[in-house]
Parts: sequence; structure tokens; C-alpha cells
Amino acid sequence: MSIYDEWDLVVGCEVHCQLATNTKIFSSAPTAFGAEPNTQVNEVDLGLPGVLPVLNGKGVGFAVAAGLALDCEINQTSIFARKNYFYPDLPKGYQISQHETPICGEGHLDVTLEDGSTKRVGITRIHMEEDAGKSTHAGANSLVDLNRAGVPLIEIVSEPDMSHPDEVVAYLKELRAIVVYLGVCDGNMEEGSFRCDANVSVKRKGATELGTRCELKNINSFKFIKDAINYEMRRQIELIESGQKVIQQTRLFNPDRGVTFAMRDKEESHDYRYFPEPDLPPMVVSDARLAEIKESMPELPAAKRARYQSEFDLSAYDAGVLSDHRPIAEFFEGAVAECPDDPKQVANWVINELLKEASADDIASDEFKVKPAQFGELVKLISTDVISGKIAKKVLPKMLETGDGAEEIVEREGLKQVTDTGAIEQFVDEVIAANPGQVQEYRDGKESLFGFFMGQVMKASRGKANPGMVQQMLRSKLKG
Amino acid sequence: MAISKEEVLHIAKLSRLKLSESEVDALAHNLSDILQYVEKLNELDVSGVEPMTHAVPTQMRLREDVVEQRLTRDDLMKNAPASQDGMFKVPKVVSD
Amino acid sequence: MGFNELSIEEFGQKLRAGEVTSEAVTKAILDAIDADQTNAFITKPDRDAALERAREIDAKLAAGEDLGPLAGVPIALKDNLCTKGVRTTAASKILGDFEPPYDATAVRKLAEAGAIAVGKANLDEFAMGSSNENSAFGPVDNPVNTDYVPGGSSGGSAAAVAGHLCLAALGSDTGGSIRQPAALTGTVGLKPTYGRVSRYGLIAFGSSLDQIGPITKTVRDAAYVLEAIQGPCEFDMTSMEVEAGDYQAAVDAGVSGLKIGVPKEYFELGAGEDAIHPEVKAAVQNALSTLEAQGAELVDISLPHTEYAIATYYLIATAEASSNLSRFDGVRYGHRSDDAPDLESLYENSRSEGFGDEVKRRIMLGTYVLSAGFYDAYYKKAQQVRTLIKQDFENAFQEVDAIVTPTTPSPAFKKGEKTDDPLQMYLEDIYTISCNLAGIPGISVPCGTTGDGLPIGLQILAPAFREDTLFQVAGEWERSGK
Repeated sequence: MSIYDEWDLVVGCEVHCQLATNTKIFSSAPTAFGAEPNTQVNEVDLGLPGVLPVLNGKGVGFAVAAGLALDCEINQTSIFARKNYFYPDLPKGYQISQHETPICGEGHLDVTLEDGSTKRVGITRIHMEEDAGKSTHAGANSLVDLNRAGVPLIEIVSEPDMSHPDEVVAYLKELRAIVVYLGVCDGNMEEGSFRCDANVSVKRKGATELGTRCELKNINSFKFIKDAINYEMRRQIELIESGQKVIQQTRLFNPDRGVTFAMRDKEESHDYRYFPEPDLPPMVVSDARLAEIKESMPELPAAKRARYQSEFDLSAYDAGVLSDHRPIAEFFEGAVAECPDDPKQVANWVINELLKEASADDIASDEFKVKPAQFGELVKLISTDVISGKIAKKVLPKMLETGDGAEEIVEREGLKQVTDTGAIEQFVDEVIAANPGQVQEYRDGKESLFGFFMGQVMKASRGKANPGMVQQMLRSKLKG
Repeated sequence: MAISKEEVLHIAKLSRLKLSESEVDALAHNLSDILQYVEKLNELDVSGVEPMTHAVPTQMRLREDVVEQRLTRDDLMKNAPASQDGMFKVPKVVSD
Repeated sequence: MGFNELSIEEFGQKLRAGEVTSEAVTKAILDAIDADQTNAFITKPDRDAALERAREIDAKLAAGEDLGPLAGVPIALKDNLCTKGVRTTAASKILGDFEPPYDATAVRKLAEAGAIAVGKANLDEFAMGSSNENSAFGPVDNPVNTDYVPGGSSGGSAAAVAGHLCLAALGSDTGGSIRQPAALTGTVGLKPTYGRVSRYGLIAFGSSLDQIGPITKTVRDAAYVLEAIQGPCEFDMTSMEVEAGDYQAAVDAGVSGLKIGVPKEYFELGAGEDAIHPEVKAAVQNALSTLEAQGAELVDISLPHTEYAIATYYLIATAEASSNLSRFDGVRYGHRSDDAPDLESLYENSRSEGFGDEVKRRIMLGTYVLSAGFYDAYYKKAQQVRTLIKQDFENAFQEVDAIVTPTTPSPAFKKGEKTDDPLQMYLEDIYTISCNLAGIPGISVPCGTTGDGLPIGLQILAPAFREDTLFQVAGEWERSGK
């Protein structure tokens, strides 16, 4: 019997995505990860007296794009607000965020679950805000590095629509794929570019009133999210079953021990005293700018998956592999453009051969030598019988190494298939003449020797003879 | 509206101010006076009136996403009361 | 008359006539500052650096460069304006020996115009006060009569101008902090339209109210300084690109045909229980008659929400201040308590030791009005009333080109007279505060003296970005009122 027969799990997520901008949200300091402490900052990030925030336009475009991808209502006028609290990694004593009027309102994301069903997760809002710095402990002291302070974030808040850890993971994976696709966020969970908080509560099966929730903060892998929610669910159920109450609190996950534990309160009473940021006028996204962003939106993974299946007749799995990462999808589509008559063959070659040699990141890199069109050309050579698949497997590494075109390599190295009947007949005759014993055995009924003759002829032609033609000719000549 | 000593202490905590006994008394008194004075605003019916944050209406101008660093770490940290390894040093932050 | 007593205009004339050099006037100013007994400065200028700079300007002028009206002019800076490499205190202990690594935009623009920075003027701590008695560096005397306060918060700037310790000064005005001390010291003080001058590098008090502006000896001098410091700035999103009129021409244009509004509330309400001082009322009425005689049309108007301005202001300004002052935490700069065994003591002790009483009071009030459960009743309500106050002005400016009022309900008061009652001190700002709430420009010009010889200020208000109209009226009164 499953725990879900008696209990409902209710989960909503808050996801912080670091926007992939060159500069901070309110200053022109750089945002590089892993730099020397306090080198990616300027006077604004340090909150020196007299400084003022200046909003990064690229970040605004990213936030709107994320909103459009999640079918959110875009608030063309949005307001920044100050969230006030004291912490050493928060230089101004307030975080500039958005409160009452965020840049994006309600939207939703349809998530495909493992069983193939679709789950719609409501999006409550997306707002823009600045990241805080980082403190590390050194004996009795802490040391504060503000490199991360002011890095632009969007916080994507979902409705409490998820009722199983697998749904949460599927939602987060899809969300991550989308923001990475959009180029809005690099999605790196270890470096904290994509951070998840989950609000978890339980209630008796079918109860209408929600239970008291706990917030699980800053979980940095999909596996940990699943483990943390599973643990938290059981913890809350045990509390309730033993007659205790769940206390609303923020909890952290310890992956080594597989447990969640209550975090010490930062501010005894969370009274953030939000008020509209007087240093920043209302942010207006004009109709023209909105149209421009809409225009530049790429096709998203879910849409690609569906299209690859219907248009190219690919399996759901293959369509998924090809669409999950934008560089792979773009490579695939570029290759199909060169070889439009055989998209399935292109898909097979990308999945089975290219991805064995290269990752999505490799493919996205400027140093990656094979262009999509060149790869399409290679597949085209196979599907038009100019070269065999076997030869193609030898050509691809050369392309990867040199960046030369498939045709060029095939031409230069004389790898074209031999389809000339006379030439093939010559190879066949030579092989029959050189192996009289085997010929006799075959003619006596040992038909399994046919493979041996095929191999010998192909070897003699150095793999270039058209195998179909070889087969046909061998059969007729061996009959004697 | 009168403000109690307990409220003064709560607000002082939020404001990260430590107040002496006499300061608490004085502030309870002063703030009560001031809050009583601002009760004046209740004479006005403001229903439907838009709250104003910016006196002179304007729209956000946006910055290009181009890195510009005008100051060095030494410039920025020269006023630090305590630092170590290029970081600001504070008493240990409660572990979380 | 010493060179330090010149106006910018007079200095410019003499400079171009070869009768004086920047070095000579700068030296006269430095000598006067050295002899100052009014405590107008927190940080006195570096003598050698100022003279060196004056000689540079003289050399450029000698080489025939046209440097504009501020070239070689010694100007004092309120000490809440950041100056690169020069200690900036905001008159607070909390900043310690803070040396900004950058100049405020207004400071940079003055330097580009050839002005010579001569010291950091005293002020009420973080610009919070109306008497300059809230300075961690001691109060400032009014040079007109040293028993009296010079007003605040730009008390040091006003005293420096009135005491001829500079030719002009920059101040900042959040609720009257330029105009009120100008009125109390017999100088000209201008608060520009919100957004006219960049706030970058001004240590914030009330961000939606603060503006930097000049305190000068004459109306024309104020125009010179405003021309130099105005304009949009890439570091301040609330600074605006708006066409500026020809201020110099406006100073000379006269008031013929101009409609001047006379708001009845400003001649009735006084500071708290006290009604407007009769000599102040009489002086302003006299000025109005003079302006009428010069061709202006006087129109009786009403600004009905005036009596709510102080309450509105103290809710908004303190809320913003409580947040603006959170950055002073002893972590990255400024005063850090020696008694800081843990993080909470670091915060609480550094801030409690660093901030003065008035600043603490305002942080507390601002925190309170923003706190859970009170936001709507106080802060949001104040923002709504702010809208009504602005609408009062918009309605009035449908009918009139400018509004003329007293700057303060009474002349300078004696030191210590109002320090025990913060609310009484707040009420001192009743005529100046609405201008900041509405974001419009205002100027205070001298309007005679009381029988005791204390200066009286005349305030002129105009629609947003119509500083030219202020100069028109102020210029006329300065000419014909003599």
C-alpha cells in the first residue's frame, strides 16, 4: 500500500535563475563565476553611500522571454521594490526586488511525465531581483565576498500544483530546459545559476484545507530535490500522526544524511517592510519591445518534440534526445536542411554517431569544426549511395578533426562507392579464382560461406564496392 | 496613537538600534506625539487616490549590458573597518 | 570690500577685466575660512590644492580659454556630497573617516565648469534637521547673528555663503533644507525640480524628495550654478532630460504679464500654535505689491492640502530614510563598534554609537510606518495624500505662472530654542515641504529683515522644470525690491 493512498502531497516551487548577462542587474560590474573575491563589483554593488541603481536592459528582455515561454501575462509596467533586512551579504540592507507589480503575472507550464501523461503546473508570477553576496567562515569570523551581489535573478514562483516528487522533478527539468533554451540562464545547478526552493505540505487524502507548509531551500540537484521532498513528506506525516503539529519554517536538506533540518532564523520576525523603490522609475516594456522579444523567441523544447515526431516521424525518445538541448536541436535542424529527403537518417546519425563523439556543449562551442550543413551532406552521401554507412563512419572523425566537408574528404581519399559493374565483376572474379576450395564447398551446399565471399570482395574493393551489387553478382557467379 | 515601550523595542530590533532605558522612554514619547500629529491625515478621504512614489513622472531608462569597471578592489575596500584576503571581515555569521 | 565678498557675477567681470585672479579670490576665501568662527565647515579645504587649482584656471584664462562663468570660482560643498579622496561625513559619526572613491555628479560637473572646491560644509546629520544643531561636528552659528541658528539642514552651506567663506555653495533640499537656511541667512537658495540635477553621489535621505541645488549671494549666481550642475546622468535613473530655459535671460526678463498666485494657506498657517510672524507676512506682502507694480498680476489661490504636508512628508521621508540608512552597518565602511563580539552586536552597537538622536528617531519612525500592519495606514496613505498635494499645485498652475509665499513662518530662532521638541522643529518646514512632495522647483530670495535685523525669505514656486519662471520673478524682486 502506498503512502499516497492516505495522504496528499502538495508542492509549489520557487526557482531562482541567474540571468546570463555580462553585467550586474543594477551596475556595470561583471558577473564572472569563480573570480577573486570582491573583484566583480563596483561602488553600486558594495552599496557605498550616494550610489544609485541603473537597470540592465538585457536582463529585462530575458525576464520577458521567460514569461512568454511560460505563457505568463506580461506586465508592461512593473515596479521595483525594496525588501529590507540586515545581513552581511546584503550590502544596502535591502534587496531590490519586485513585490506588488512583478514583470510577469500568471502563466503555466505543461510538463510531460514519464508515463506520457501531461501535467499542467500553474505559474504564479516571475519577478526580477538582485542576488546577494556570499559569506564563508574563517574561525570566529566570516568573510564576505560580494562578487555575486547584484547578479540578476528571476524568481519563478509556481502554484502548489504538484502532488508527487516525480512531478516536481519533471517540472524543474522542463523549466530548466526552457530557460537554457532561451539563453536566459546557463542552468548550472552546482554553481547556483538554477536554484530551487520547494514549499511542501501534506494533508489527509481528499481534504480541502491545505496543511502547514515548510520551505525547503537551495537544493542543488534533481536527485536531492526528490530525496528532500520524500523525507519531508514522511516527516510531516509522522508529526501529524503522532498528534503533533507541523511548524511553518524554512528547512535545509543535508544530502549526506538524507534529512531536512530547520534553519536558524535570520530575522526574528520576517518583516521585510517592502515599499516601492524610489530610485527606479516604473519599468515600461513598450509594445514594440514586447513584439521584438516575441519575434526572437525560439521554438521551445516541447514544441520541437511534437514537431519532430509528426514532421519527421521520429520516436518520442529520439525526438526528446534531439530537442532537449538547443545546440543539438539546432545542429539537427541545420543538417536536415541539407538533407531534407531523409530526416530520419539524419536523426539516427546525430543520435548514434555524432553524440558519441560530442556533447551539446561541444557542439555549441565555436571550436566545434563540423557545421550542421556539412553533417547533412555526409548523411546525404549515405542515403544517395555515394558512400556506405561503414565508410561514413570513417569520414566523420576526419570531419571532426579537420573541419573539411564530407564530399571533399570522400573525393580526396577516393572513398566513393564503386557501382561500375565491370569493376565489381573484376573483384568477384578475382575472389572466386583465388578460393577454389571454398567455391566448391559452397556449391556443395555450404551456403553459410556466402558471407565469407562478400567479405573478401568488399576487402578487395577496400570497402568501396556497392554491397547490393556485389551480393547480386556473387550469387549469380557462385551458382556456376 | 500612543506607542508602547514594547513596540519601541520591537522597532529598535528591526532597525538594529540598541537603545538605553532613557532613549526608549523618550522615543515612546516622541513617536507617540508624532504619530498623533499624523493622525491628521485621517481627516482626508483618499479612497481611489493613486499613491505616488515618483513626484515627476518618468520611465526607466535601460543600461546596455556592457562591462565597465571604474574602480579597483583597493579603491572599493580602502574604507573597510576589517578585511582579510580581499574580503570584508565580520563576526561569524550564524551558520545556516 | 574683500575679494571674498564678491558675487560670482562680480568676480567674473573683474576676472575678465584683469582686476582679479582666481588665485587672489581663492586666497581671500581660504583666509576667511581659516578665521571662521561659525563652524560652517566640517572639513576645511586643502589650501595648497585649492591654490594650485586656482593657478591652473588662471593660466587657462590667460591662454585665452573661454571657461564659462564658474571658472576659478571657490564653491563650498555640503558634506553629504561625495568627493573623491576627500572625507565625506554627512555630519555623522557613523561614516567615520569615509573617503569616497568617486565624486558626486554635481561635484564633477562643477569641477568641469572650472569651479574650485573649497571644503565640506556642515549640516544636520544626514540632512535631518532645520537648525544645523543635529551635527556630530557641532552646531553652526548664523553669521547674521551668532545667537541664532542658520537654519538647516544646509546650515553650513548657507552660513558659508552669508559669511563670505565661499562665493557660492551646494546644498541639498529634501523638505526645505536649501531654502530655509537661505531665508534665515539672507542668501538665495534654489531647489531645482526633482530630476533636474543628478542625485548620484548625494548621500540619500529621502530618495523621492532629495535634490541638490545652489546657495548663492544673488539670483543670477544661482542661475550660473544650476546651469553647470543640471542635466540627465547615466548613474541616476530619476534624473531627466528636459529642455532648460535660458536662465540668464529669464533673470533680466521682468514679470510683466506674469500671473502670480498667492495661496491663502501660506499666510495663515504658522508653526504649530503660532501663526505666521507678522513681520514676515508684511515683508512678503510688500514684495507682492512691488511685483504687481512691475506688471505682474496677483491672483488669490488656494492649496487646500497644505496643512497635511508635514504629516505626509514625515511619513514618506522617514520611511525612505530608514531604508537608505540600513547600509551603515559597520561592515564595509564607516564606524564599527569596538564592542562587536557577534554579528548582532556589530550591527546594533555600531549603529547606536554612530547615529545621533534625531537620526535614530527618524529611522525608528520610518521603520514603524513601513512595518507589518501599518503600511497601509501610514505609508500608503501618505503617498495618496502626496498625490492630492501635487494635484493642488497642478490645479493652481492652470491659472498662474508662479506662486509666491514666505519661505518660513518666522525668522531665525535662537540656538537651543526648539531642540527639545522634535515636532515643533518639523513644523518649521511648513511652507517649504509641499514643493518637495510635488517635485516642483522653488527658490528663496532675501526679502528684507525684521526689526531685530533677522533676514526674511521670499519663496517662489513654479511648475516642474520651469526654473526659468523662478528666475524671472526672483530677478525682478532682487532688482526692484532694493
